[in-house]
Amino acid sequence: MNMELSRRQFLKGASAGVAGTTLGALGFGDIEAAYATSIRPWKLANLAETRNTCTYCSVACGIIMYSKGDLKKGEKAQIVQIEGDPDHPTNRGTLCPKGAGLLDMVTAKTRTLYPQIRKPGSDKWERVSWDVALDRVARLMKDDRDKNFVAKNADGVTVNRWLTTGFLAASATTNETAWATYKVVRSTGILAFDNQARV
Amino acid sequence: MTNSWTDIKNTDLVIIMGGNAAEAHPCGFKWVTEAKANRGAKLIVVDPRFTRSAAVADFYAPIRQGTDIAFLLGVINYCVQNDKVQWEYTRNFTNASYIVKEGFDYNDGLFTGYDEARRDYNRSTWDYELGEDGFVKSDIDHPRSVWNLLKKHVSAYTPEMVERICGTPKDKFLKVAQMISECSTPTKTMTSMYALGWTQHSKGSQNIRAMAMLQLILGNIGVRGGGMNALRGHSNIQGLTDIGLMSNLIPGYLNIPTEKETTFDQYMSTRGFKPMRPNQMSYWQNYKKFFVSFLKSMWSDAATPENNFAFDYLPKLDVPAYDVLRVFELMHEGKMNGYFCQGFNPLLSFPNRKKLTTALSKLKFLVVMDPLQTETARFWENHGEFNDVNSGSIQTEVIELPTTCFAEDEGSLTNSGRWLQWHWAGGSPPGENKHDTWIMAQIYLRLKKLYQQEGGAFAEPILKLDWRYKDPGVPSPHELAKELNGSVLADVPDPNDPTKMLLQKGKQVVSFAALRDDGTTACACWIYSGCYNEAGNNMARRDNSDPADLGTFGKWSWSWPVNRRILYNRASADLNGKPWDPTRKLLEWNGTTWTGDDVPDIGPTMKPTEVGPFIMNPEGSARLFTRGMLRDGPFPAHYEPFEAPIANVMAPKIRGNPVARVFKGDMEQFGEAKDFPYAATSYRLTEHFHFWTKHSQRNAAMQPEFFVEISEQLAAEKNVKSGGWVRVWSKRGSVKAKAVVTKRIQPLTCDGKTVHIVGIPLHWGFIGETKKGFGPNSLTPYVGDANIETPEYKAFLVDIESIPGPVA
Repeated sequence: MNMELSRRQFLKGASAGVAGTTLGALGFGDIEAAYATSIRPWKLANLAETRNTCTYCSVACGIIMYSKGDLKKGEKAQIVQIEGDPDHPTNRGTLCPKGAGLLDMVTAKTRTLYPQIRKPGSDKWERVSWDVALDRVARLMKDDRDKNFVAKNADGVTVNRWLTTGFLAASATTNETAWATYKVVRSTGILAFDNQARV
Repeated sequence: MTNSWTDIKNTDLVIIMGGNAAEAHPCGFKWVTEAKANRGAKLIVVDPRFTRSAAVADFYAPIRQGTDIAFLLGVINYCVQNDKVQWEYTRNFTNASYIVKEGFDYNDGLFTGYDEARRDYNRSTWDYELGEDGFVKSDIDHPRSVWNLLKKHVSAYTPEMVERICGTPKDKFLKVAQMISECSTPTKTMTSMYALGWTQHSKGSQNIRAMAMLQLILGNIGVRGGGMNALRGHSNIQGLTDIGLMSNLIPGYLNIPTEKETTFDQYMSTRGFKPMRPNQMSYWQNYKKFFVSFLKSMWSDAATPENNFAFDYLPKLDVPAYDVLRVFELMHEGKMNGYFCQGFNPLLSFPNRKKLTTALSKLKFLVVMDPLQTETARFWENHGEFNDVNSGSIQTEVIELPTTCFAEDEGSLTNSGRWLQWHWAGGSPPGENKHDTWIMAQIYLRLKKLYQQEGGAFAEPILKLDWRYKDPGVPSPHELAKELNGSVLADVPDPNDPTKMLLQKGKQVVSFAALRDDGTTACACWIYSGCYNEAGNNMARRDNSDPADLGTFGKWSWSWPVNRRILYNRASADLNGKPWDPTRKLLEWNGTTWTGDDVPDIGPTMKPTEVGPFIMNPEGSARLFTRGMLRDGPFPAHYEPFEAPIANVMAPKIRGNPVARVFKGDMEQFGEAKDFPYAATSYRLTEHFHFWTKHSQRNAAMQPEFFVEISEQLAAEKNVKSGGWVRVWSKRGSVKAKAVVTKRIQPLTCDGKTVHIVGIPLHWGFIGETKKGFGPNSLTPYVGDANIETPEYKAFLVDIESIPGPVA
């Protein structure tokens, strides 16, 4: 950033009462200055800020998420506003029309909220506990793997592969999640393993 | 990207072709604006549609989708004919002077060795001639030098031929070629920005190669403001690729062995990568260190020298890869029982939706982990014409597991420019949503327990997987990131001074340079080594200073490899190590060492006159001729899409890419131009991101409804009114949409025939805040790129008719 002050420092200054001179130097009129001093400090005083990255494309714009409640303090945190991070070298505080709508994705009515199972032939979901869902997944995996695991191919060569179950990995999870996923999937011998890179 | 988003400000010319950055990557596109405003850079856009990128371009040229190779080889031909070549770069830094084996040739659209029955080549002649010293022979004037073969190969792509194939008027093509050719001087640079407009073709890899070759002869690779810049789609698709979550990959672009590589030694024997020219680094000579360190990170103490570091724990491939097209084909044949989708919506993402629904219906179980309700998880649910299925007849058990989204998760994402940026969780998950890492751990621990209790098929790789996390139920992002970086498993004494330790047990390795092939180091992903070492979490660095004001930002986050910001940066200096352009200096040889504000992409004391800049290649140089490394040719050649409005004018008998894989039954599902006369293409809009933003109210409000775009001319011919309803269909499916009649799309003339283009955006489904709608994948063909199987979404055939709208 070419600015001497980051926006964050600037606003801290503003809330500490030196707003008059700082804003004046930047050419704000009195009304704007008064407006800024009345609104912005309130936002910073009452909301927790967290740095994150836009989840959409690979420009990877820096964002600041504002929440009621602070996760870092062990509180329950509800995100109420998301905006571009002015300190970020790539997007310098800006967001595109996709990123500008990020909050509505976080709070979407169509978020999944609990594990569900749809039984064969059924036309509806049934809510289940995590334990029921995860035990079922592990059981289905093991039964299929034990039945169809190929230890040796027709020529008697050791191949140790499991071809009847596949795993399609994500494209927006973290590298750390990706590595945990890689470990689990590879350890089972799954080869039908792919991700969004191909499309 | 070889370079970064912020580096685009250093360019003189931007070419956006095979992408639409202004709409698909708007905040990255701002760096194009920056270059235009502050550097006087020019922007060229070549696209079938007059996009928003085109709207701010200095020059726009239309092109028919799927003909980019003809256009680019035409530009190379123009540069050759007009001597617009950065000769010192081309002679010294590429394989232009290498001599190719006798017998290699190209006739009637095919290279030597084609076998029609196998749809494959015998590639034995696609290689260099070796001298008695074992090194590649070099003589640029030799009739079989790469340069002379290239010259001959591109000579067919005259401006007239380009116009005939691409539909680009000759004067427009020549203007583009002339603007590009000016960047052959050492002080003018072009950057290539491309995306799925190049990858989603049956010859996608060769589209990209064609531009890479052009960039090489212009001397634009490894320099500021230059490069090949793939604008990746999703926020961490670069990371997922780097970590190798693909059928045939091991993290860091190592390979899963095939069943022909039955032993560790046999596997390694083809990965020696000895230098092909004297003195070259051939960095892949270190393959074994990276591979063994990976195996140690998987199986730790169970991976020993005695069991070849658990080589047998890895599955062995019998086909090149189980890519998604192959997997859904197997599912369709009833050969798959289970499938997991983690944050992925294949029902809307893969081609030929009807085939996908049939395939998913044959599964025993489908597990979906996602923060949002996906169409894939509900493929069995009837949504009228938008998902017309009979739930009762679908016997698949579906388990939906709710996950956190980005705002509730901590960790790193790798951006398009290879920056690994750490982010922090700011919100509590809604409902019972859990982190993906927790879910994977829970599945793993339960599976492991079942194997401990019951035994079963080859349990060792599961039972012995290294899972020593503080809380095995929730590995932390920091623990996992440290594994990606790598650590020392046993003390390694300094060979020069036994009183000292070279590596100390328990420490993080500083970078991949410290990795060893004897099992004393572990590292999950060698190219990420350095991201989280003893200096701490380098990905979380937030110093946005840029001392040279050249967009380097070397202390912001961490870039792979070893925090290098521009790949191949040694090529930014001439043969003696002097920067081609002192105003955009990246590196300079000071007589003993490389200096500059980026991490050198070469040994720091390696002499510029001896060691070539392309250190990953055993040649030390970049490849204009790519030997047998791609299936469809050592040079790109023009092939039509599988569904094309005209025949291949250079080789009329060839349909599509002659070596692209086509499954039984899919060839019959390709349409002919006589039945489906219009050339369709798919794309994204500014206001939406794939199938995610349709869940966001704001984005849904901005673009609520599925539509297709057609020209005024086609609208007049088909009696379609703007805002009226149309049916668009291919041989595989049919969609209904509102029509947007626009000047943004113009008919082209290709080989004397008028070609109308139908544009089909891809953001709609049957869940979310938008109106229900269709997507292009109801129509697209089931065929992929010959090398990496990216589906051909960008060029296919449809018909269109006006229909009455739905009754309100």
